Amino acid sequence: MQVFDLEAQGLRALNATLHALTGQTNETAWEIVNPRGSHAIAVGVDAPVDITVRGSTGYYCAGMNKQATIRVKGSAGPGVAENMMSGTVIIDGDASQYAGATGRGGLLVIKGNASSRCGISMKGIDIVVHGNIGHMSAFMAQSGSLVVLGNAGEALGDSLYEARLFVRGPVKSLGADCIEKEMRPEHLLLLADLLKRGEADHLAKPEEFRRYGSARKLYTFNIDNAAAY
Amino acid sequence: MTDFPHTPPRQSWTFSNDVNAEIRRAAATGIYDIRGGGSKRRLPHFDDLLFLGASISRYPLEGYREKCATDVWLGTRHAKTPIHLDIPVTIAGMSFGALSGPAKEALGRGATEAGTSTTTGDGGMTEEERGHSRTLVYQYLPSRYGMNPDDLRRADAIEIVVGQGAKPGGGGMLLGQKISDRVAAMRNLPKGIDQRSACRHPDWTGPDDLEIKILELREITDWEKPIYVKIGGARPYYDTALAVKAGADVVVLDGMQGGTAATQDVFIENVGMPILACIPQAVKALQDLGMHRAVQLIVSGGIRSGADVAKALALGADAVAIGTAALIALGDNDPALEAEYNKLGTTAGAYDDWHEGRDPAGITTQDPALYGRFDPVLGGRRLKNYLKVMTLEAQTIARACGKSHLHNLEPEDLCALTLEAAAMAGVPLAGTNWIPGRNGF
Repeated sequence: MQVFDLEAQGLRALNATLHALTGQTNETAWEIVNPRGSHAIAVGVDAPVDITVRGSTGYYCAGMNKQATIRVKGSAGPGVAENMMSGTVIIDGDASQYAGATGRGGLLVIKGNASSRCGISMKGIDIVVHGNIGHMSAFMAQSGSLVVLGNAGEALGDSLYEARLFVRGPVKSLGADCIEKEMRPEHLLLLADLLKRGEADHLAKPEEFRRYGSARKLYTFNIDNAAAY
Repeated sequence: MTDFPHTPPRQSWTFSNDVNAEIRRAAATGIYDIRGGGSKRRLPHFDDLLFLGASISRYPLEGYREKCATDVWLGTRHAKTPIHLDIPVTIAGMSFGALSGPAKEALGRGATEAGTSTTTGDGGMTEEERGHSRTLVYQYLPSRYGMNPDDLRRADAIEIVVGQGAKPGGGGMLLGQKISDRVAAMRNLPKGIDQRSACRHPDWTGPDDLEIKILELREITDWEKPIYVKIGGARPYYDTALAVKAGADVVVLDGMQGGTAATQDVFIENVGMPILACIPQAVKALQDLGMHRAVQLIVSGGIRSGADVAKALALGADAVAIGTAALIALGDNDPALEAEYNKLGTTAGAYDDWHEGRDPAGITTQDPALYGRFDPVLGGRRLKNYLKVMTLEAQTIARACGKSHLHNLEPEDLCALTLEAAAMAGVPLAGTNWIPGRNGF
């Protein structure tokens, strides 16, 4: 286990060290101590390593992650795992706004609640939230899956494209062009896999969720839908 | 019956034929007019400024004998690897999607041969432009289509786009006709839909967040790349100051003449300011912060000639960017294609329905039959020629003003032909020492 004291060694040294890791590295386990809410912790990592952050993080922790498994033993600030490409990011606590924004791949697990705009503009990432999510989540979400064991705030899935949304609890309101859809067997299989990978299969069953997706009415501009734009 | 003189038919200035035609079009179609390009209004512009040239008080430099340097460094504030260009005329961001692959290749070829940079757009980085561009600026846009850390690292600079001159405060729309298989795959969208681009970034709001976003991008790229912040010409003093505060290496400022691939005509013509009004405000913000020349300023929007380049630099810019002019150099709106423009209901010089993807020049299209007509090698050569001519023209003017580098041009070399231009540019009305708005009157 490599231990990196962020307070003593600084952010630049941390990210430079992590960027130097390659697929052949033997230093596969890292622990970052004293994060103290710093921004941009472990951003741009591109190696199959396991990184544990002992404490809470500021903005953009694990941004653009590739391959790495990054665990935050605390809560995460805005934009955690933004534009993630692959790998896994697990937040033990809560996540602030824009969690998983524009993510293109990999898995983001939030064991607490996620704030507003969770999964905004997501492009292939899978997100599993054990708690609730805030308003405007999955805005303009393009692809990937968002699984919420708790409740969803206002305007879920506004202007949605092809992302799949699964929510177990009540949804305060659906955004423009987002509708409830039939849960078919393939969705139950997908959900079971996501719950397992999201360390939530002991907390909920696929049958307890409802599925939401795009009505696809805004895919081509029509003046009669002007009120929805 | 006496035949009295009649009042001749009189057209309304307010309800002109053009205005009435637009009302009828809107009533018939139920959709606002979408088009490409920038403002077509008559606006105060560089044409309204003149250089004074050398006289007894200033020596000119000998044309073609005495050196007038043209190079520019960009990104010297924080980046480990700033950009050094041979000429201060860069190619503005234009997306693959809006433009064809061969057109992007031509931009890369021409810019590289002329010693300058080109820029990606709202659709990700293509191999055509990376492969053919010695210096490539990678745009970081609200949509984040195709965004990935590998392309960030193989770019030479990163441009965070907050806004553009054609539509400050607006997002974009690429209509379904241009969402081909390749474009759809790059943007992770269904083929053929009308693709909307957001007007705000998804994971930051405001200047304090922007500072942290810039930190993140610097960390991902190990502080190597210059980071530009592009703003539309709306509140250039404050936006420039905030971009500098957030940590930008370079501010890119785009006036309302700057083009877009597709936006509402009402937006293009009624939001934002002409670039002439923007430059002095941005320069003042940089000067007030003690950052003029330390943070470089690139301006765009209606740059057409070496004279425009020289005037922009004299007002305090470090470089300019061209988009529409570059497309014209490639062959856009060429009168040689007049018959084909006529079939589309338009005429050469006025064609702006770039979003429809039917460009007979093969530049603003994703139709293989159309872009197959476009020769990227020839297009690149034409662009190189044009960039070289612009540079020579700017040098000619600078030498006449006694300057050994284009960056030595200054507002004192200029006068204005109109009150509006004098007030906006902050230079005296020709034949006077009056700068409207200065010294209390």
